Amino acid sequence: MKSPVLLGLLFASGLISAASLEQPLADLRAVQKEGEGNEKATAAWQQIVKADPAALPEILAAMNGANPLAENWLRAAIGVVADQAIAAKKLPVDAVKAFLLDTKNSPAPRVVAFDLLQHAEPKTAEKLTPGLLEDPSSELRRHPVARLTSAGDEALAQGKKDAALASYQQAMKGARDEDQIKDLAKKLKDLGSPVDLPTHFGFVRSWKLIAPFTNVERKGFDTVFPPEEKIDLGATYPGKNGDVKWTDFTSTDEYGQIDFNKPYTMLKEVTGYAYTEFDSAEERDAQIRLGCKNGWKVWLNGRLIFARDEYHRGAKLDQYKLPVKLKKGKNQILVKCCQNEQTETWTVEWQFQLRLCDDTGTAILAAK
Amino acid sequence: MKLPLTLLTLAALCGTSAAADWLQFRGPNASAVSTEAQAPGPKVAIDWKAELPGRGLSSPVVVGDKVFVTCSSGPDQSNLHVFCFSATDGKKVWERVMKATGRTMSHNKTSVAAPTPCSDGERIFAIYSSNDLFAFDLAGNLLWLRGLTFDYANASNSLGMSSSPVVVDGTLVVQAENDSESIAVGIDTATGKNRWKKERPKAANWTSAVVYKGAVALQSSKGLTGVNPRSGAVEWDYTDGAATIPSSAVTQDAIYVPSNGVTALVPEKGAVSQLWRASGLKPGTGSPLVLGDSIYVLNGAGVLVKAALSNGDEAWKLRLKGPFSGSPVAAGKYIYIVSERGDFQVVDTTAKEGEVVHSVELKDTLLCTPAISNGAVYVRSDKALWKLK
Repeated sequence: MKSPVLLGLLFASGLISAASLEQPLADLRAVQKEGEGNEKATAAWQQIVKADPAALPEILAAMNGANPLAENWLRAAIGVVADQAIAAKKLPVDAVKAFLLDTKNSPAPRVVAFDLLQHAEPKTAEKLTPGLLEDPSSELRRHPVARLTSAGDEALAQGKKDAALASYQQAMKGARDEDQIKDLAKKLKDLGSPVDLPTHFGFVRSWKLIAPFTNVERKGFDTVFPPEEKIDLGATYPGKNGDVKWTDFTSTDEYGQIDFNKPYTMLKEVTGYAYTEFDSAEERDAQIRLGCKNGWKVWLNGRLIFARDEYHRGAKLDQYKLPVKLKKGKNQILVKCCQNEQTETWTVEWQFQLRLCDDTGTAILAAK
Repeated sequence: MKLPLTLLTLAALCGTSAAADWLQFRGPNASAVSTEAQAPGPKVAIDWKAELPGRGLSSPVVVGDKVFVTCSSGPDQSNLHVFCFSATDGKKVWERVMKATGRTMSHNKTSVAAPTPCSDGERIFAIYSSNDLFAFDLAGNLLWLRGLTFDYANASNSLGMSSSPVVVDGTLVVQAENDSESIAVGIDTATGKNRWKKERPKAANWTSAVVYKGAVALQSSKGLTGVNPRSGAVEWDYTDGAATIPSSAVTQDAIYVPSNGVTALVPEKGAVSQLWRASGLKPGTGSPLVLGDSIYVLNGAGVLVKAALSNGDEAWKLRLKGPFSGSPVAAGKYIYIVSERGDFQVVDTTAKEGEVVHSVELKDTLLCTPAISNGAVYVRSDKALWKLK
């Protein structure tokens, strides 16, 4: 531990050396929910922003594996140190570049590193951009995807259809964000080369459905109906309007919507379940990404992952990103989808959209 | 102890200076009325314009010579910016960029930088629709942060959230009210930790609190609840329903809540008396304001209605150039309002039927509520911040 006298001398010298950052960085990384660790972090942050620019890679590295709150503390500190470094032309460009290129570092600090390079050394950032197409960070992939898309547009404007097609196809391989994928899918379709969007995204489209159970007064959301207790695909249960049983449903929607209204018509104050089995080639970390504007719950292999009782405030792709662990072989996914009592035209939807992917948004496809 | 005259003079001067600050959504006491002597007057023009890199409809706040404004950028608006500009010339003093830890989804019309930051004069508390909350000192040092949706995973609204916080007695009161995990939190301004957290009605709510006689009045679809800022204890409760978009107007003597039209209330400990109810006064998105002996309500059709503060009786109606998302604010005898299409309008409230006496075309989409400070008015869009003087 550094003595107060030494720290005082370091402060007096104006800049804190990298060696003295160990404890303050640890203090920032220690912040937790509900403000825990804020007091220590406040003092630590004041020390870190006095660091020599040479310490930037160390501060970036402190973001590796940090929780999102700690990431923000560190991000703000990096911003201050970097602003001063860039103004004084002292940004350690090579070290920041090396940090960016080392994909063992977490995506968040690598994005910060790229931003620093873009700001301080735009030509370097530009040079590095093509190499980010298959990057573990979806945010970093956006840059080469945008560039390839522009290149395709330019080629098309010059009548070079084959070159445009090649650019768009290459961009699509790297694209993970919906806005870029949608744009590219349209361009590719126009050039006669449609994209298999469900496969690109990894939508799960084949399910067994059972409905309707009741959701009068929105009480169905918390009611444990039989499918939550046991999956028995041959069973018949008493539903809201009579007996109900499981039925096959495969979505033909490009964006994988599982629409309960299709088999059951536009019902209100009802609860439905969707069940599927997903065969994973290996045990692995994954994300279940869900879009839904109804009340919903999701279970993986019998464990409740998340539940949300919000109705008709909007839905979009990847609205909810749920980290999960897939086991090798069969994984059971159960979705509960509740429709409420509202009668406005914008409250008709009783559906969800679910995909399996990794952190980057790259589809995980079923092994069989 | 007696203070030397010079110190007393200094204190008086500081008092004057503080009165010129615009520290939160709708300014002093969230009343929307400037308390400073130096009003902007009618003939304001663009003094400076500063570019912004992201979206937002939060109001600027002004502390001394510093103007603070938030915005959000990136494909999913997850980059959360806090800017500090010099009020004198619009030059950037500092900028901090953070990352959303909560959900950033919102209706296209609104954005992640919807709630207005607030200040206690020493710190800036910037909050976003993602429920990320950052406390900075005026020099831009990060003092603490919170991720309220990171803490409380279902505290979010897929349409976006917009309730602006208030700071009272060392406590920042934040509403994160929605259909699912609906909460209000009292946060210690020194540490960023909860003093209290309470469940709120499970319903989407975009209103902002006002402060009345030391109590923080939290509005929701159920009504208006006065809570003690230090403990969160309920001091009074009005339960006859209220709007979930326009917020209340407040004076020293009463609260005028958008409830069954507008309802004038006098809350006291344990009880709320109703002075009057004017069902014909129907605020649109903007919140009403009280100026002198009148209350002004901007309805959904863009008509500004003046009514008597004593009984809610209408005096005149004035059609403005709308539509409007922001609320009107006032200084002296003038009301300032900017339309969604960028028509900044100055209304002379003393004209017989009210009169738009000046307008400035800002040629942009503006959804914000203006801020007033040191004789100037500040507005912002998704692209820029303006000072009009």
